[in-house]
Amino acid sequence: MTSKNNDIAFVRSHMLAAEKPPRQEIGLAAWLSRNLFSGLFDTILTLVSLTLIVWTGAHLVNWLLVNAVWFGTDRTFCATVEQGGIQPNGWSGACWAFVGEKFSYFMVGAYPVHERWRPYLVFALFAATLAPLLMPRVPHKAANALLAFVIMPVISFFLLHGGVFGLMPVETSLWGGLLVTLIISYVGIVVSLPVGILLALGRRSQMAVIRTLCIAFIELIRGVPLITVLFLASYMLPLFLPPGTNIDKFLRAVIGVSMFASAYMAEVIRGGLQAIPKGQFEGADSLGLSYWQKMALIVMPQAIKLVIPGIVNTFIGMFKDTSLVSIISMYDLLGIVRASFADANWVSSVTPLTGLVFAGFVFWLFCFSMSRYSGFIERRLDTGHKR
Amino acid sequence: MAQDDAALSARQPARSVWYNDPYKRGIAFQAITAVVLVIAAVWMWQNTLENLKRANLTSGFGFLTSRAGFDIAQSLIEYSADASYLRALMVGLLNTLSVAAAGIITTTILGLLIGIARLSRNWLIRKLATVYVEGFRNIPLLVIIFFWYKGVLNALPNVRDSIVLPFSMVLNNRGFYFPAPVFGEGSGAILIALVAGIAGAVFYARWAKAKQMETGVRPPVFWVNIALVLLPPLLVFFAFGAPLTFDLPVAGKFNINGGSMIGPEFMSLYLALSFYTASYIAEIVRAGIVGVAKGQTEAAYALGLQPGRTMRLVVLPQALRIIIPPMTSQYLNLTKNSSLAVAIGYADLVAVGGTILNQTGRAIEVVAIWLAIYVSISLTTSLFMNWFNRKMALVER
Repeated sequence: MTSKNNDIAFVRSHMLAAEKPPRQEIGLAAWLSRNLFSGLFDTILTLVSLTLIVWTGAHLVNWLLVNAVWFGTDRTFCATVEQGGIQPNGWSGACWAFVGEKFSYFMVGAYPVHERWRPYLVFALFAATLAPLLMPRVPHKAANALLAFVIMPVISFFLLHGGVFGLMPVETSLWGGLLVTLIISYVGIVVSLPVGILLALGRRSQMAVIRTLCIAFIELIRGVPLITVLFLASYMLPLFLPPGTNIDKFLRAVIGVSMFASAYMAEVIRGGLQAIPKGQFEGADSLGLSYWQKMALIVMPQAIKLVIPGIVNTFIGMFKDTSLVSIISMYDLLGIVRASFADANWVSSVTPLTGLVFAGFVFWLFCFSMSRYSGFIERRLDTGHKR
Repeated sequence: MAQDDAALSARQPARSVWYNDPYKRGIAFQAITAVVLVIAAVWMWQNTLENLKRANLTSGFGFLTSRAGFDIAQSLIEYSADASYLRALMVGLLNTLSVAAAGIITTTILGLLIGIARLSRNWLIRKLATVYVEGFRNIPLLVIIFFWYKGVLNALPNVRDSIVLPFSMVLNNRGFYFPAPVFGEGSGAILIALVAGIAGAVFYARWAKAKQMETGVRPPVFWVNIALVLLPPLLVFFAFGAPLTFDLPVAGKFNINGGSMIGPEFMSLYLALSFYTASYIAEIVRAGIVGVAKGQTEAAYALGLQPGRTMRLVVLPQALRIIIPPMTSQYLNLTKNSSLAVAIGYADLVAVGGTILNQTGRAIEVVAIWLAIYVSISLTTSLFMNWFNRKMALVER
C-alpha cells in the first residue's frame, strides 16, 4: 500500500548541493555594475568622480609624501633656489622637517626645555587613567572616575604649575601647544557636564526665579559667538573683580570656554529630559523619593543615555572651539603653529600650509576618535527599548 | 486600630516643619538666590566703577560719535577714517551680514548636494560624500579659514603676474577683480519690469495650479515662467538702448584700478564657512530624507511617479519638516562663526568692535553692543524660521 505510488511520484531522499547564484549576481563584475555602472548617468558620475579622485589623490600624495622634505635644519631645505633655498624652482611640497623640528614646541609650547618631562608625564598619566575608564570591561568605574576627574586634575595642576615639592614654578603664559588645547577642553568637559545638568534642571524648575535665571544665561550665551564670550571673559572679568586682583589669562579663557560649553550642554540635556515620559517622574514621586534622588536615580540615567550623541557632539564642538583662544593671544595648538610661521629660521612659502595640515590632522584625529567612541557606546547601550 | 489612629493624630502637628514643605522651601531658596545675586551684582558693579576710575575711563555710549581714525579695507557703505565709531560698527555689521548671507546660500546648495550624495546608489559618490563630511566636521573652522587664507589664497601670484580670466576678471593675491556694472538711465524701468515679470510668474503659477486641480491637466509652467521673468526686463533693456556699461578692472604697474574687488579675507572666510557648514547641513538633509517613511516612496512608485517627481513631490516636502529646525540653528551657527573673521582681519562686527575696544578701552559698551546685535540677529532668524516652519507644517492633514 505504501509503495503503491512509488512509480508515479518522486520523493527526494537527500538534499541537493546548493546551486551557484547566477553569474550576473555575484563577483566583482556584478558588484561593479550594481554600485558603479547601473545606468548611463551613474556611469558618467562614476567616471567623473574617479577622474577627480585620481587627479586630487595624485597631487596630494605628491605634495604630502613624494615632494615633501622630511629632514632638514632650516628654511633652505624647504625653499626653492629663487627663494634662497636648495629646492629646484617651481618645487612645492610639504615641509615635514619644520614640523619635526618644532614638534615638542607644538606639543607643550614654551614650557622650559629641562622641565618638559612634566607635561609629558601629565599626558601619560591622563592616558593611563582615561583609557581604563573608557573601556567598558575594566571594573571599578566609580573609583576610576574619581581618579580621572578629581585627583588627576589636582596632581596635574601642581605638576605643571610647580612651586611645590621643589618643582620649578612655570607660569601659565609659558604653557602652550597641544597641552593647552587638551587642558582647556578637559576642564571644559569636566565642568560643562555637571553645570549643564544643573542649568537644564533649573530651566525646567517650578521656581520662577531660578528658571528665569537659567533661561537668561543659556539663551544669552547661545545667542552670541564664542569669540565674544572669550572677549567678555578676558576683558570684563578683571573689571568685575576688586581692583588689584590679577586673574590669570589662562584661567579667563578656561572660564569663557566652560561657560559657553555649559550653555550648549544644558540644551542637549534638556532635550533628553523632555523625552522622559511623565510616568517616570510620577513613579519616582510615588516611591517617596526626594527631588534629587528622583533626578539622580531615575530620570538622569535615562535622559543622559538618550542624548549621548548630543553630548559627544558638544564635546567635539568644544574641542574644536578651543582653537579660538588663539584669537585672544593664547598659544594653543593652532596658535602655536601660527606663531611659528613667523620664525625667521623656517619662513618659506610652504611652511604655513604644512603647519596647518599638521594642526588640522591632530584635531581631526582627536575629534574622529571621539565620534567613533560615541558610536561604540551608543550601540552598546542600545538595549532595544527604543520606540 | 483605634490606638493607631490616636497615635497618628497625635503625631500630626509635629509633621509640618516649614522647611519640609516643598512650596515654602522653594520660596525660601529663591529668595536666598535672589539676595545672593543682588549682592554679587552690586559688588561687581562697585568693583567695575572703582576699576574704571583707576583706569581714568568714563562709561556711556557717547564715544560712538567721535572720530574712528582707522581704515577698513572692505566696506559696503561709504567709510573713511574720519567717520564715527558708530559708522565703523555699521560697516562691520554689514560685512558680517553680507558674508553670512553669501555663505548661507552656498552652504545650503552644497549641503543639499552632499546630503543627497550620501544616499546615492553609486558607491563611489556615497563614499566621497562620507569622506567629505567626516573630514570637515572634525576639523576646527579656524584651521579651515587659515588653510584658505594662508595656504591657498596666499599662493596666488602677485599683482604683476595676475591670472587673467575671461570677461576681464583678474585674480591675484590682493583679491578677485571683476567688472563692475554701471547702470545708466532707464535702469529703474528695467528693475520695475523685472519685478512685474516675477509677479506675473507667481500669478501664472497659481492660476496653473488651480487649473490643474480643476481639470487634471497641468498647463506648461516652467518655460512660460522663465519667459515671464526674463522677457520684460530684456525688452525694456533694449528699448532704452542698452543703458548698461561695465567698469573694467585695468592692470596697472603696482595695482589694479577700476572694477569691483573681493578681498582674499572675504573669499577665505566665505569659502571656509560654506565648506565647513555644508558638512553639517549634509547630515541634516540625509537624516531628513531617511526620516521619511519608506512606505511613502513605495506608495509614490505604486502610483506611477518617477523617481525625480517622487523626490520632489512626496519625499522632500515631508523631509523639510524634519530638516528645517536643525537647519535654522546651522544658519545661526554660520552667522555667529563669521565672527572668526577677526583672525584674518576681515572687518566684521567683532573685528571692528575689537579695534574700537583696543582704542578706547570701553570693554563694557563694546561687549554690550556685540551681545545686543548677535542676540537680535538670532531672535530675528528664529522668528522667521519658526514662521516658515509653521507654514510648512500646515501642509499636514
